[in-house]
Amino acid sequence: MVEFWQSLPALLQTWLIGIGKAALFLTWGLLNFCVLLMLDRKISAWMQNRVGPWRVGLWGWIQPFADLFKLFIKELITPSNVDRPLYKLAPFLSFVPAVLPWLVIPLIPNWTPTDLDIGVIYLAAIGGFDVIAVFVAGWSSDNKFSLLGAMRGAAQMISYEVTLVMSIIGVVMMTGSLRLGDIIAAQNAQGLFGWFLFPQIIGFLVYLIGSQAELNRAPFDLLEADSEIVAGYMTEYSGFRWGFFMLSEYLHQAAWAAVATCLFLGGWSGPSIPDILWGLGNLLNGFGALPNAVGNAIVGAGDAIGFLDVGVWGILTGIFWFVFKMYILIFVSMWVRWTLPRVRVDQLMDLGWKFLLPVSLFNICLTGILRYAAVSLDGLPIQLGSLTIRLLGLWI
Amino acid sequence: MEQEREILVNLGPQHPSTHGVLRVIAKLDGETVTWCQPDVGYLHRCFEKLAEKRTFPQVVPYTDRTDYLSAITNETCYVEAVEKLFNGAIEVPERAQYIRVMMNEMQRICSHLLALGSMAMDIGAMTPFLYCFRDREKIYSLFERITGGRQLYNYLRIGGVRNDLPEGILGTPSDGEDKADQTLWGFINYFDSYVIPQWRDLVTENRIFQWRTQGVGCLPADVAVAYSASGAVLRGSGVKWDLRKNKPYLIYDRLDFDIPVGTSGRGDCYDRWCVRAEEMVQSSRIVKQCLEWLAENPGPVMAPKVPRVIKPPKGEVYHRIEGSRGEVACYIVSDGGTSPYKVKWRSPCFTHLQLMPYLCPGHKVADLIAILGSIDIVLGEVDR
Repeated sequence: MVEFWQSLPALLQTWLIGIGKAALFLTWGLLNFCVLLMLDRKISAWMQNRVGPWRVGLWGWIQPFADLFKLFIKELITPSNVDRPLYKLAPFLSFVPAVLPWLVIPLIPNWTPTDLDIGVIYLAAIGGFDVIAVFVAGWSSDNKFSLLGAMRGAAQMISYEVTLVMSIIGVVMMTGSLRLGDIIAAQNAQGLFGWFLFPQIIGFLVYLIGSQAELNRAPFDLLEADSEIVAGYMTEYSGFRWGFFMLSEYLHQAAWAAVATCLFLGGWSGPSIPDILWGLGNLLNGFGALPNAVGNAIVGAGDAIGFLDVGVWGILTGIFWFVFKMYILIFVSMWVRWTLPRVRVDQLMDLGWKFLLPVSLFNICLTGILRYAAVSLDGLPIQLGSLTIRLLGLWI
Repeated sequence: MEQEREILVNLGPQHPSTHGVLRVIAKLDGETVTWCQPDVGYLHRCFEKLAEKRTFPQVVPYTDRTDYLSAITNETCYVEAVEKLFNGAIEVPERAQYIRVMMNEMQRICSHLLALGSMAMDIGAMTPFLYCFRDREKIYSLFERITGGRQLYNYLRIGGVRNDLPEGILGTPSDGEDKADQTLWGFINYFDSYVIPQWRDLVTENRIFQWRTQGVGCLPADVAVAYSASGAVLRGSGVKWDLRKNKPYLIYDRLDFDIPVGTSGRGDCYDRWCVRAEEMVQSSRIVKQCLEWLAENPGPVMAPKVPRVIKPPKGEVYHRIEGSRGEVACYIVSDGGTSPYKVKWRSPCFTHLQLMPYLCPGHKVADLIAILGSIDIVLGEVDR
């Protein structure tokens, strides 16, 4: 097998690896879509005293596939006055930027499908791309509600794009690299409290709010505000063309959560089972000051299953933590979605330009000043920080 | 040539937030509404003409169907008007009057819950709407046991009510949340202790909700009076006018309750919302007083001398009561026969809908929907 592989020309090898990676990561993205679709319905049902989908499959978990199949066999209605080429192109324009972020998101430690040097810039660039799909769909539909939705979409997504990029600049300043892998590694270097969530809490909150608007999720779902403009830019779409819009919406949401995990929550980093045992044992031993039998026994147990810390097990632990953090963020987003009313379009603009943008600019200044102070004081703050971590004894 | 800046948009008759089949024609300059006009009549069912061909008692179920979310208040209005035609020949027993008031106020809670829920949904919050349905289900279960119907009851009779309250429905003042859909006391206690705080925390004090409703659709008091608004729309503008206090009917003058009015002085959507929320609290107060009285005073629920064939003497009568949405009134002409010569229904929603062209211009499309939600229309009553 290995010999056969090596006998292939180098170019073919590159292509095969590329295709394999792409298939793997697209599947992972689409799998997220199905889980998200179901979670959204289940969580909303849970919050609204309902049961939610329950009949199809175990606890209703085949429901998303059944929904997709239904969409797939439905008739694609094309109204007579639409701009046909654009009308048909728009769903795909919307789908492509939803898939692209998955190419730079490092799910597995030290292994990214496409390890771009400019990962963060790439994400910002394709994030600005989906507004085109919304506008093309709204304009080509020849429907007043669609046009209103598209108008709102263009204004909203472009203004929040700025805020969103500004909110992650702080992270880039702290790392000095635009590569997502480097950003995660920089956070891992200092354990749990090295997560940029803590030093960049302002940036994180701005990112959290701004991305809801960028993703058109409630309370900022003005594009498809069902009580005002029917379904916004999607009003005239049916069948799988509409399905593509829904698909890209959920994929965007999952990608947003994955990016936030990388930037602020330390990506794949998290304690493995032996790590937890070692940490607990150390704590009981008073960090070596008061060694006792119980603490030693726990450390011993950790040593016994120490193989869980490396190799395939290490990778699985990484994947677990990544997915876990990602879905926590998604849950928060859904929680907000099913709780808050929708803001109005002028209030949305005020919030973006007059509040979130200044706050994120302030965050950039603050990060710069603190960073300058840290360097000029010869890393004293960083050492103080790491001392605190050692005292907390989490991952020593 | 100057280019056309405005687009003409049809909101409805098939639109997610028109509360039925209402068509609102609006001119938009970008997002701003410059002109709007409601177009009604899609749910016209000839109630007034039908009533001329039915006997007096047969009209009662039709009145249910005008404002189908507040059926008991409509029945009360019609039945009382007919009783008035008899010039005191029919004397409604006290217990029946208390039952009528109690049912009226339960209905008001039920109707306001839906008004608040659908307004919250118009503003984009889906969850409160389902919470309102959760609580309405409980009221409907109680009503089903009392009247036999869940939404349209045909419960009031000329001269009283059809049947006395079933045994055990009153419950005791100590009934808690677990009996909310079994006894009236259980529901009222659950409502006071759980539902009211939940609405306050979830919606009324929500910052985004306040952004969306404060200063939107302002209705000054003099304009409200000029448009002959009533109910929560009038009181939201700060006018303290409630027929239950100002022109008491049934036994309202014996009960202790307050009339909430809008406090901010703007008469905006938020004021109307707060008035409705506060009215639910006052209704629950009234229901409690009625329940206490009903528990101690058994008696007949039908007048002793109601003729088999109801033939009111010749004459005409106008009777008005405070319905859930405002002043419901009924004008009946009798020619001495078995069926009314003419029935004219005054529906508050029809009056309130005429406020739309006054309230909407200058606001955004989203505000138009919020205003529509805040004046709380039921198309069944607008078109009749």
